[in-house]
Amino acid sequence: MYQEIFKKYEPTKDNLIYILHDIQDNHPQQYITEEAVLSVSKYLNVPINHIYGVITFYGMFSMKARGKNIIRLCESPPCYLKGCDNIYRKLKEELNIKQNETTEDGLFTLELCACLGVCGNAPVMMINNDIYGDLTEEKVVKIIKDIKGEK
Amino acid sequence: MKFYRSHILLGMSETSIEAGAKKIELALKSELSKRNLQDEIDVLETGPLGFFAKGVCLKVYPENVLYENVTVEDIPELVEEHFLKGRPVKRLLATTTRVEAYDFNYKERNVLENSGIIDPEDIEEYIGVGGYEAWEKALLKMKPEEIIAEVKESGLRGRGGAGFPTGLKWSFTAPIDSPEKHLVINADEGEPGTFKDRLIMEGDPHKLLEGMMIACRAFGANKGFIYIRGEYKLCIERLKHAINQCRSYGILGQDIFGSGFNLDFDIKVGAGAYVCGEETALIESLEGNRGNPRFKPPFPGVKGLWQTPTVVNNVETIANVPTIINKGAEWYKSLGVNGATGTKVYTLMGDVAMPGLTEVPMGITLRDIINKYGGGMLRGKKFKGALVGGAAGVILSDKLLDVKMDYESLKEYTAVLGSGAIMVMGEEVDMVEMLWSILRFFRHESCGKCFPCRLGTQQLYNIICKIRDGEGKEEDLESMILLSDAMVKSSFCALGQSPYMPIKSSILNFRNDFLKRIK
Ligand SMILES: Cc1cc2nc3c(=O)[nH]c(=O)nc-3n(C[C@H](O)[C@H](O)[C@H](O)COP(=O)(O)O)c2cc1C
Ligand code: SF4
Ligand code: FES
Repeated sequence: MYQEIFKKYEPTKDNLIYILHDIQDNHPQQYITEEAVLSVSKYLNVPINHIYGVITFYGMFSMKARGKNIIRLCESPPCYLKGCDNIYRKLKEELNIKQNETTEDGLFTLELCACLGVCGNAPVMMINNDIYGDLTEEKVVKIIKDIKGEK
Repeated sequence: MKFYRSHILLGMSETSIEAGAKKIELALKSELSKRNLQDEIDVLETGPLGFFAKGVCLKVYPENVLYENVTVEDIPELVEEHFLKGRPVKRLLATTTRVEAYDFNYKERNVLENSGIIDPEDIEEYIGVGGYEAWEKALLKMKPEEIIAEVKESGLRGRGGAGFPTGLKWSFTAPIDSPEKHLVINADEGEPGTFKDRLIMEGDPHKLLEGMMIACRAFGANKGFIYIRGEYKLCIERLKHAINQCRSYGILGQDIFGSGFNLDFDIKVGAGAYVCGEETALIESLEGNRGNPRFKPPFPGVKGLWQTPTVVNNVETIANVPTIINKGAEWYKSLGVNGATGTKVYTLMGDVAMPGLTEVPMGITLRDIINKYGGGMLRGKKFKGALVGGAAGVILSDKLLDVKMDYESLKEYTAVLGSGAIMVMGEEVDMVEMLWSILRFFRHESCGKCFPCRLGTQQLYNIICKIRDGEGKEEDLESMILLSDAMVKSSFCALGQSPYMPIKSSILNFRNDFLKRIK
């Protein structure tokens, strides 16, 4: 079932990270399953423990099922200066989950991350591939509502 | 080419897209055609306009009018008033300070000279402003040694943090006889507060590619990689597109310009780890491994990617190269001061009126950067301090507002220029909180390979938490300095050596903030 993805990459180890990105992005729950790890291991001829090592090293990879929308809120100093902790509190309250948890309806996962490189508009978060800056508590509530509305 | 009466530049960056820039572009275009103006007024997408107004900004040429905070609802009025009747819409005009900062900002640009002016997705526009002339000159009229000599002479130093002389770095790799050599561009940009590389790549991707070509020619690489962080989606898209354009124009590929020189580039995407910005960790990551740093020596210049000689350079460093080749080392040296030549791109954020980026000659004072380019302090706050160089940087107090910003002057105050991130803090900011946030960052980003950093970053975080909770003692301050100093001496890579600077400088300059929590 991963053949479509494998076709795009030569079977060399340096493609591991891109293959993992691709697999994760294509899973509806945005994570890498054990089964996927096995297939990748076979395709690249790289030991399973190496692949686990890589997955756990990089913040963007997950081996736990996640929500349809992954919220990554930046907690680095420039965003902290602009009150990202209040935004975090509001998000937890609004979604009724804690860090790295997924809402019951499977719509949102809440993660914290380091600087996203948009600090001029701190506080900042990313939802999947989109950036949201100059966050306020009201703005966050609206963003969440909007996404819920369009599901 | 069609002749247009006016051009509307619309800055497309991750942030303006979030503010609705795409929708505004559509609305503008449809309104213009509704009024039958589509052949008179051109709407151009360009890179980031270089400062962060709130909302979407439009720059109109030749009128030289800057609008800010434009929304879709404003478009009919804007088109009717400005483009039909020739009366700028006052209510949407940017403030004078912002206009001044904008104009000022464009006077002294080098790396960002085209950003916000040309369409980054159109190679013709880049060529139209003299793009790829330097590449042609370097490839056809200069010997590789001459390129290196010119870059050495220019005094260009690495902009990725460590400030290593670029020409010298190339000259180590150039003489090595190897069937394969590589250039790797470090576009991992993870230092908190730094987003200059993103804006360079979004605004003018061809500038980076041209610099890379010249570098590859200089030290003899036939393959270049750009290692770019996974979060920078727009950069990845634009660079991929730009590389494809170069291939189809024969600027990249086999036997370029009939010179016999072959060259190709590829983009590699990271997956979220700050330590991968460290050059040897980055190479590990490129090879498909965990991003743990390697032991040096051998340096990457001798044995790097797949054990081949590899030069790792920062995006901004390389984006300086085309101008150096075009205008010459002498011109480049005329900008800047004190062993720091050329211009530097700073990112400015925190309690300033206009956060954003600016490119200025080396050696400008912090005060000038804040006042002239940043529009002064936010809501007239009093300046308390600035974190310069990201989390691995130093916290400067107001006493250093007039120190020149260049490598040597800052060194006198044991400060660093680092990546050029400047986070300004107003009077009410508590340095205990800031240091806590910095140490939380390092604790999270330590890669765990060596124990001084793995345990040290955790221990430093524990101490600052204790102080923050009001349970600290005055000795704890000294312990943090001692511990982080021991980490400087014993850590495997520069990440473990980084907490020392922010700890030392915040305790030294703002001891009272800490004592308040202790007593
Ligand atoms: C923990 C750590 C993170 C770093 N992050 C970056 C980065 O994001 N971008 C960068 O260009 N250099 C970064 N560096 C510096 C690189 O190791 C290297 O010095 C630089 O890419 C060399 O390029 P330059 O000579 O053009 O500056 C980092 C270093 C360390 C120790
Ligand atoms: S100093 Fe820190 S980041 Fe560097 S190798 Fe050691 S544990 Fe890893
Ligand atoms: S610090 Fe949050 S985006 Fe940079």
